[in-house]
Amino acid sequence: MKAIYKRELASYFNSMVGYVFIAVLTLFIGIYFMGLNLYNGYTHFSYVLLNSLMIFMLAIPVLTMRSIAEDRKNKSDQLLLTSPVTVTGMVMGKYLAMVTVYAIPVLISCLCPLIIAANGTAYLKSDYASIFAFFLLGCAYIAIGMFISALTESQIIAAVSTFAALLLLYLWSNLMDFLPTAASNVLSAFTFSDVLYNFAYYDVFDVGGLFLYLSVAAVFVFMTIQAVLKRRWS
Amino acid sequence: MIEVKNLVKRYGKHMAVDHLSFTVEKGQIYGFLGPNGAGKSTTMNIMTGYLGATEGEILIDGHSIMEEPETAKASIGYLPELPPLYTDMTVSEYLQFVAELKKVPKAQRKEQIERVVEMTHLEDVRQRVIKNLSKGYKQRVGLAQALLGFPPVIILDEPTVGLDPKQIIEIRDLIRELKREHTVILSSHILTEVQEICDHILIIHHGKLLASGSAAELENMLSGSGTLKLEIKGERETVINLLKGVESVDSVSHDGGESAPDTVLLTLTPQSGTDPREAIFHACAAANLPILTMQRQHASLEQIFLELTADSESPEPVGEELAEEPETQIQEEADDHEGDL
Repeated sequence: MKAIYKRELASYFNSMVGYVFIAVLTLFIGIYFMGLNLYNGYTHFSYVLLNSLMIFMLAIPVLTMRSIAEDRKNKSDQLLLTSPVTVTGMVMGKYLAMVTVYAIPVLISCLCPLIIAANGTAYLKSDYASIFAFFLLGCAYIAIGMFISALTESQIIAAVSTFAALLLLYLWSNLMDFLPTAASNVLSAFTFSDVLYNFAYYDVFDVGGLFLYLSVAAVFVFMTIQAVLKRRWS
Repeated sequence: MIEVKNLVKRYGKHMAVDHLSFTVEKGQIYGFLGPNGAGKSTTMNIMTGYLGATEGEILIDGHSIMEEPETAKASIGYLPELPPLYTDMTVSEYLQFVAELKKVPKAQRKEQIERVVEMTHLEDVRQRVIKNLSKGYKQRVGLAQALLGFPPVIILDEPTVGLDPKQIIEIRDLIRELKREHTVILSSHILTEVQEICDHILIIHHGKLLASGSAAELENMLSGSGTLKLEIKGERETVINLLKGVESVDSVSHDGGESAPDTVLLTLTPQSGTDPREAIFHACAAANLPILTMQRQHASLEQIFLELTADSESPEPVGEELAEEPETQIQEEADDHEGDL
C-alpha cells in the first residue's frame, strides 16, 4: 500500500494534474476570501467555504478520473493485481494519495482565519470546524469519483460521470422539492451541503453530519474495491 | 511447483480455457505453444491471479492463488503481453517502485535493482523516462520488473515480441540462465523459439491441452508413422513393385530425379505404427538390389503443431491464416501478431 501511495502521489506531481487541482482550489477559495472577508468585511471564513462548494464539481473529477481507469487502460493494473498486495491495499493507497493532494489547498486555506484574526474579530473555532467539515466532504466526493473511475476504462467518461454525480448532489436539496413528501423526507438525509451549512452558517458542530461524510467515503471506497475485484470475474 | 487442475474460463458462451490440467516441475523451462486466441494469455493471467477462473484450481508451491493470493503471488514474477509500465516514471524510479511493491527488503533493493538492470542490459537508459523508450527497451524494462525479487517462478507472455534479432538472442540466453534458479514458463507462437529454449512444450488450442512433452517426445509421438526416404540401385519399375510387396508398406512414390545413373529415389509411407525397415532390407537383399540410403523422416515440431491444431470440428484455416481466428472476445489475444509459424 505504501509503495502505491508514494507512486500515486508522485505521479500527481509528475503530471500537471496535482498542480492544476491545487491551483484551482486555492484560486477559488482565494477569490471568495478576498471578496467576502477582505473586501466586504465579513468575519466568518466559513462563508467562503460554502460559496466554494461549487468548484468541487469541476476540481474533483479532474483529480479522480485517472485513479483506477488509467491503470486499467494501460494494463499497468496487471502489475498491481499480480503483485503480493491486496486489492484493499491498492485502492487505499490510491485513495489516500488523492486525499493528500486535496489536503494541500485545505491546509493553505487554514491561513485565512488567521489573517482575519490579525485584522479584527475572528471566530476561529467555528471557522476551523467548518474547514474540517469541508475537508471531509471533499474526501467523500473523492471516494465517489474513485468509484466511478473504477467502472470504466475511459478517463473522460469517468470525469463526466463524476461531474454529473456531483452536480446532482449539489442540486439535491432543490430536487427534493419536486418529490412527494414521503420520498423527500428520507432522501433529504443525503443533502451533503446541509451539514456544511450547519457548521458554517449556524455554528453547529454536526456530529451526525460528519458521520454521514465518513460513511459515504467508506462505502464508496468499499464499493471501489468490489468493482476492482469483480472485474477479474467478468 | 505449480499445479493447474481442471481450469475453465468462460467468457459468456465462449470457452477461453477448457478443462486445462498440467503440472510444472522445478528448474525447467516450459513453453506454451498455440495459435492466436488459443488461451495462452488467459491461462497465464489466471495463473498469476489477475483473472479469476470459472472453475478449477491453481496451486503455486502448494498455495492456492485464489485462497492465499498474497503468498502465492509472492512466488511469481510476471511479464504480461503488454509490459505493465508507468510511462511517466524513469526506469530506475519504476524499478524502485516495483521492488517496494514486491516487498523486497529495503537492504536488498539496491543490489537487486543493480542485478536486474545488468541482466537485461538497461544500464544506458536508467535515467530516461519510460515513455520515450523504444519498444524493445520497454519490453526489457518489463522483463526486469518480472525478475525483481527473484521469485521462484517466472511467467513470461511472449517475451521476445518487438525485439530485434540480436536482442532476441540475448533474451533467450537470459531465459536459459534463469533456469538454474527459477522455473520459467513462457508462451510463444514462434515454433523455433519454443523448440530452442524450452525443456517441456505444452501445445494449447481452443483452450485445451493437446499435447505435452519435450520436443523430442513430441516428435516421437508422430514418428511412428514417419515416412522413409530411400535410394536404391536398380530399375525403377522393379524396385517399386518389389517394395509394394513388402509387408506393412502403405504406399511408395517416386521422387523423380536421380543422384546417379541406375538409382531411384523413393518416398515410402509405412502403415501407421509399424517399422518396415528390416523387411525392406531383407527384400532388397534377396532381390540383389543394393540400398544406398534409407532414412527415417522425423516429424518436425511444425508438422506436429499443424497436425494437432488442424481442426476437425470447425472449418477454420490453419497455417498462415491462424491470426484470423474469430475469437475477438479474448481481448489480449486479439492483438495483431502475425501468425509466424
